[in-house]
Amino acid sequence: MGVGIEVLNLNAWYGTNHTLQDINLNIPANHATALIGPSGCGKSTFVRCLNRMHETNPIARVTGTVRIGELDIYEDAKPVEIRRRVGMVFQRPNPFPTMSIYDNVAAGLKLNGYSNRRALDEIVEKSLKNSALWDEVKDDLKKKSGASLSGGQQQRLCIARALAVDPEVLLMDEPASALDPVSTSKIEDLIFQLKSQYTIVIVTHNMQQAARVAEKTGFFLNGRMVEFDSTHKIFTNPSDKRTEDYITGRFG
Amino acid sequence: MRGLADGTVTALAILATVLVITPLVAIFGYLVYKGASSLNLAFFTQIPKPVGEVGGGMANAILGSGILLGMASALGVPVGIGGGIFLAEFGRGTKLANAIRFTADVLNGVPSIVMGLAAYSLIVVPQNHFSAFSGGVALGIMMIPTVCRTTEEMLLMVPHAVREAALGLGVPNWRSVLSITVKTASPGIITGCMLAFARVAGETAPLIFTALGNSFWSISPNEPIAALPLQIWVYALSPYDDWHRLAWAGALVLIILIVAAVSLVRFVASRGILKGAS
Amino acid sequence: MIVSTNTPQIRISQAQLQPEPGSPDGKRPGGTDAQEASEVRTFLLGRGNSALADRGFRWLMVLCALSIFGIVVLIVAELVMRSSLVWSKFHFDFFYKAYFDPDTGLPNYWDPVNGHFSALPFVYGTVVSSLLSLVLAVPLAIGVAVFLTEMCPQWLRGPLAFVTELLAAIPSIIYGLWAMWVLVPIMRVYLNPALVKFLGWTGFFADDNPTGLGFVTAAIILAIMILPIISSLTREVMTAVPYSQREAVLALGATRWEMIRMGVLRNARIGIVGAVILGLGRALGETMAVTMVIGNAPEIHRSLLSNGYSMASVIANEFTEAVSDLHRSALMEIGLALFIVTIIVNALAQFLVWAVTRGAPARVN
Repeated sequence: MGVGIEVLNLNAWYGTNHTLQDINLNIPANHATALIGPSGCGKSTFVRCLNRMHETNPIARVTGTVRIGELDIYEDAKPVEIRRRVGMVFQRPNPFPTMSIYDNVAAGLKLNGYSNRRALDEIVEKSLKNSALWDEVKDDLKKKSGASLSGGQQQRLCIARALAVDPEVLLMDEPASALDPVSTSKIEDLIFQLKSQYTIVIVTHNMQQAARVAEKTGFFLNGRMVEFDSTHKIFTNPSDKRTEDYITGRFG
Repeated sequence: MRGLADGTVTALAILATVLVITPLVAIFGYLVYKGASSLNLAFFTQIPKPVGEVGGGMANAILGSGILLGMASALGVPVGIGGGIFLAEFGRGTKLANAIRFTADVLNGVPSIVMGLAAYSLIVVPQNHFSAFSGGVALGIMMIPTVCRTTEEMLLMVPHAVREAALGLGVPNWRSVLSITVKTASPGIITGCMLAFARVAGETAPLIFTALGNSFWSISPNEPIAALPLQIWVYALSPYDDWHRLAWAGALVLIILIVAAVSLVRFVASRGILKGAS
Repeated sequence: MIVSTNTPQIRISQAQLQPEPGSPDGKRPGGTDAQEASEVRTFLLGRGNSALADRGFRWLMVLCALSIFGIVVLIVAELVMRSSLVWSKFHFDFFYKAYFDPDTGLPNYWDPVNGHFSALPFVYGTVVSSLLSLVLAVPLAIGVAVFLTEMCPQWLRGPLAFVTELLAAIPSIIYGLWAMWVLVPIMRVYLNPALVKFLGWTGFFADDNPTGLGFVTAAIILAIMILPIISSLTREVMTAVPYSQREAVLALGATRWEMIRMGVLRNARIGIVGAVILGLGRALGETMAVTMVIGNAPEIHRSLLSNGYSMASVIANEFTEAVSDLHRSALMEIGLALFIVTIIVNALAQFLVWAVTRGAPARVN
């Protein structure tokens, strides 16, 4: 049940640094879209504009339009409301350290006032199953703290936490870059399964990862989006020479 | 020659350190020597006997200190934590926050008797009588700057990633600050409050003309109330041997409580201030 | 553009690539799942944006923080108000004018019964006892700090730091108790005669006070009390000196003491001055311990062994038995002066320490 994202003339600044310049693209619903590019090209800033996290920095500024489904997220809604519909998984796993596994997953709901215990139990179980963590933690849900898990498990916990609020879009900012290869492949399998239910945007440094999980890929360079097309085309027959240079390893 | 200077300095430094440890040992030792024998059940359960009679205790002073500290904490802890939350979560980097932080640090060095004078002027004079309430306020305003600063320090140690995670879930800011950031830092915040509590528990000067002291049981906030440090002072300066004996015992109780509090704080701190936040 | 054959291709098998996205469908299998999911979604959609709660919470926190300013304003307002009586009568004379007893010709500073007040002996007593305590405490505190930072074996460092923390936590009344019953007899029997014998020629140690109380006794107990503060802060600024400074001096062939002197103390000296001034601030305001051993005599004598009085002590001793409104007002004015002086001294000290440690919290308990 995901929705598409339409981005029109998006510009973003950190202070005087013009981090994103005139970004225009359409991200399709219920598919995974990868964003690739060298360090500092603006791809992380871009996804943070999609759930209005960019503006939490006091020197940050955004202009342009972002529409998620029918909703103009900058004009028609407040940041808090947007972030309940657009979930985010961060680069380094960040479970809440004082909460149990159960409470971590339920956090997005409980902290917003949801109190139906039985429904919460079901939601927690479903989210953990969806993030392929249920079997590993089902006996210790309330006994173990979120921080006591391994890195890969923590990240899957963060994914479960994001899924529990049933977002329409899931943003993932290099979700596997801090993890070992085994955990990485588990998370990639996860994305594969989740994308039929959510619209996923994944920022990645790893081109093979983009090729494995995403239908569409966007290549960012120096704050501009150079090329946005099907993954197949980007990696076998890119239109722009800069894209070709990047994917063949000439830089980045 | 240089080597000689070097050796001398080392010797002096060691000497200085020994000189520092000596008072602590001397004071504690002497308190135990003079006061331990008087720590009987009567000390903890009875109020002072009339002048001339032997025996009695400081039970009312211990209770009174408890009540005063309760009132002080009711004022000092919430306001102090609120101030710390502002400094760490809302005002970080602003000129206002810097000014408040500086002022709080300076206030921590102001003599406590001045706080007593302010409370006397603010409460005792208009009410025309001494009261436990005025003593509680005097101690409370001493706690505010201390709790504020330690709370701020503890909140600043919460990793930014934890705050981001809460924001990313669409949790309202107030809920995120309280249920996540403050909760994560709570062991440290609690120890900070304990330190402020221990410091204020031993204060005498602010109570001299606010709580005044009381030879009898009292729990009313509107009447003068006994306090352990106050009672020790009055008894120590009196001409009666029996009261001196009680003063020593009271001092021993006081120092044990404070040493226990400081040790507990150190123990909790050394085990990792933010359990699991790293 | 065709990718040329001699540039490395990303080895991606056809099976691995994703099919072109068809029309975004958006439907999910499983009817009940979809219904449950939308329950959560509708719940969250109905939560609103809590702007009011956020704003209210923020204002509450601001108020709490502003209470710090409020406390300062409160103290100043109350003390100024209550001391206005004596201020309007004496103005600045209050702080230095001496009165002379017409019969004996001796100065009489503080006479509540006859209604004239001069705070000079208290100012004198506070300054003398505090400065003397600094003379005693500073070398020792720096010595301890040097030992703990540069020479102390690792296993001893923790326990010693803990002992210093304990010393700082002992309440003033307990120091006073011990000073009154242990230190004073020692002074009376051993130290005072020795001071008179060896230093009497300076004119500062007269043999006319047999009690063992007095400025020196007060200075000693004050020194013990402020030593932990000066020592911890000095340690803090010494550890803030980067290791590269020490290395540079050692590389020039310096001994350990020379390294400490030139590489560490010289760099940290601003902060050490700040630590000393902070200790001074604490000594100026110290009440209970001083009250019990300074002698409580509102007089000024040259001998450091004589009895004296301090600003905080006179307030503590006389306030509850003040004989008149003017008397109380005079004590309030002394309190106001004490407040202003300690604020200035502490602000200066905080600023100096901050300049060296760059804003690291300088908490003093």
